[in-house]
Amino acid sequence: MAELTMVEAICAALGRALEEDPAVILFGQDIGADGGVFRATEGLTQRFGAARVRDTPLSETVIAGVAVGAAAHGLRPVAEIQFMGFLYPAIDQLVNHAARLRNRTRGRLTCPMVLRAPFGAGIKAPEHHSESMEAMLAHVPGLRVVIPSSPARAYGLLLAAIRDPDPVVFLEPNRLYRAVAEPVEDDGQALPLDTAFVLREGADLTLVTWGAMTKETVEAAGQLAVEGAAAEVIDLATLKPYDHAAVRASVEKTGRCVIVHEAPLTGGFGAEIAADLAEHCLTSLLAPVKRVTGYDTIVPYPRLEAHYLPGVPRILQAARAVLEFQ
Amino acid sequence: MTESAHFERAGMIRFLDEGGAPVRDLPDFARSRDELVRLYAALVRTRAFDAKAIALQRTGRLGTYGSCLGQEAIGIGVASAMTADDVLLPSFREHGGQMLRGVTMEELFLFWGGDERGNAFAHARSDFPVCIPVGTQFPHAAGVALAMQQKGERGVAVAVGGDGGTSKGDFYEAMNLAGVWKLPAVFVINNNQWAISVRRAEQTAAKTLAQKAVAAGLPGVIADGNDVIAVRDVMARSLGWARAGKGATLIECVTYRLGDHTTADDAGRYRGAEEVSPHWKAEPIVRLRSHLAAAHGWTKEEEEALLRACKAEAEEAAGNYLAIAPDAPRAMFDHLYAELPAAIASQAEEVSDG
Repeated sequence: MAELTMVEAICAALGRALEEDPAVILFGQDIGADGGVFRATEGLTQRFGAARVRDTPLSETVIAGVAVGAAAHGLRPVAEIQFMGFLYPAIDQLVNHAARLRNRTRGRLTCPMVLRAPFGAGIKAPEHHSESMEAMLAHVPGLRVVIPSSPARAYGLLLAAIRDPDPVVFLEPNRLYRAVAEPVEDDGQALPLDTAFVLREGADLTLVTWGAMTKETVEAAGQLAVEGAAAEVIDLATLKPYDHAAVRASVEKTGRCVIVHEAPLTGGFGAEIAADLAEHCLTSLLAPVKRVTGYDTIVPYPRLEAHYLPGVPRILQAARAVLEFQ
Repeated sequence: MTESAHFERAGMIRFLDEGGAPVRDLPDFARSRDELVRLYAALVRTRAFDAKAIALQRTGRLGTYGSCLGQEAIGIGVASAMTADDVLLPSFREHGGQMLRGVTMEELFLFWGGDERGNAFAHARSDFPVCIPVGTQFPHAAGVALAMQQKGERGVAVAVGGDGGTSKGDFYEAMNLAGVWKLPAVFVINNNQWAISVRRAEQTAAKTLAQKAVAAGLPGVIADGNDVIAVRDVMARSLGWARAGKGATLIECVTYRLGDHTTADDAGRYRGAEEVSPHWKAEPIVRLRSHLAAAHGWTKEEEEALLRACKAEAEEAAGNYLAIAPDAPRAMFDHLYAELPAAIASQAEEVSDG
């Protein structure tokens, strides 16, 4: 079994999708000969031809809008937005059309498209390249928002997203693109959407996270184990619609919960999870739910971005406070 | 403006003058009485639908409605040149074109009456519903055209928008992409001189809207949007051009919005009757009727019978629409996703169908 990084696993999934379904088409900026700025489409235009792996002009609105039109007329487009910071012009098409087409035509026209975008801070990228705005997208009815956190999950979830009959925004934590390599079988096996993954089991505390922050969260859980506390780590993976049952079941077991995300605090997706736990798990809770998140600031330029990202110490501090709460 | 082989003429293409007299040789289809009567009947049917829609709205039985008064020749000219292989992506004034494609009056009333089922289209299954966010349908047309090109279909994607929509990036971005990828698409502009209260001269300093095609490397052509023969002829040539693999065309149809922007608008706040009234002399229905009478002996009896039939159809469709009960409240969940996710199912259970 080949050892793949996340970006290689994404490339493998895209190649597999192109191979198995002639309706799959890839387009985006620099995804052809250049193989994408992160190399997520490396070699694909050579393998499948420039008609199926296409460079587009530099226009995000049309990338998203063309995906909507092509999906409604029988293709399965997988479009790439180069960085999440450039996704905003595409939001009009996502919110007003991709998310609504099935509903507003009562199922006559559908939109089986995937919009991929790398996101997140921590790679010393220029301004506008580091945001985590997943909560904005998760707020939109009709969309799916999927975020992988490992090479294997990137492979399986991307295949599932491409095969899904509805629009999926697939956000790739660029900090993890090359962070680790792990064995990934290119066997065409998808992983389930709308399903959380338990990355580590534990009975004392639930840590809920997704995307790049799974790395620091799992590290923090390791440190907590040394201190004698067994933390369960849940990777949400699909934010919209998210796996309420998995989170509630874990918190009913542990009674304590810390939510970790890179995006800003206010209106972040952690608030949604905390609210759900307050509504449904109050009698199980032994301590207030805490959130460890990015600050309500603009993501700083690279020289300060390490101070913005919630690292292991902040997670540990919150976890200890929740564990010690009487 | 006319830089490609399918448009040899500069300036605005027109076949009938305002009085209905031919100003140049008519295209073959327009020499046939039957064909012209079909076009004329479609125009009259559109106006009958429009009048009934406004009447329903004024009496509280329809939602906000966008009238196509005076602009009927655009939808009809466009749709009459299209085939079943093509896909129409309309704005909100192509009611006549939608009906010619097979969308029923009941469905249109249902849509404008606030019911999603009006977009379910029993016929014209691949056509898009009305597009409300201005200009956002142009990228969809490029996408449909890409799918057609990729699948080797012979269809053409046809998007219609307004003069205001040409100020949006979506419009340029879609044309630009269609140019690079030689997509089988036609972009049609209903230049009715007004974007709600903003007049054409305040919309853009471009001399024509058709010239906006030049920047995208597409042919741009101007048709008299009140001459259904001109719209259909230019449309047919553009469809042929696209089917031959030569790419997309931009067509600017010059017309005038005789009515309010929508039933929620009062155009008297920003334009006077003295501006509007001269345009009644140029409107499309009188023009074709004059031509039919002069060249093909269209009689008063035929005219009256047509008007009666169209009015009766609109009345009957309105009656059918009004008899349709609102959908079950749970329907708002039924087509949100292919399968309702577990996380949302509990919300659906809250909605009573009682």
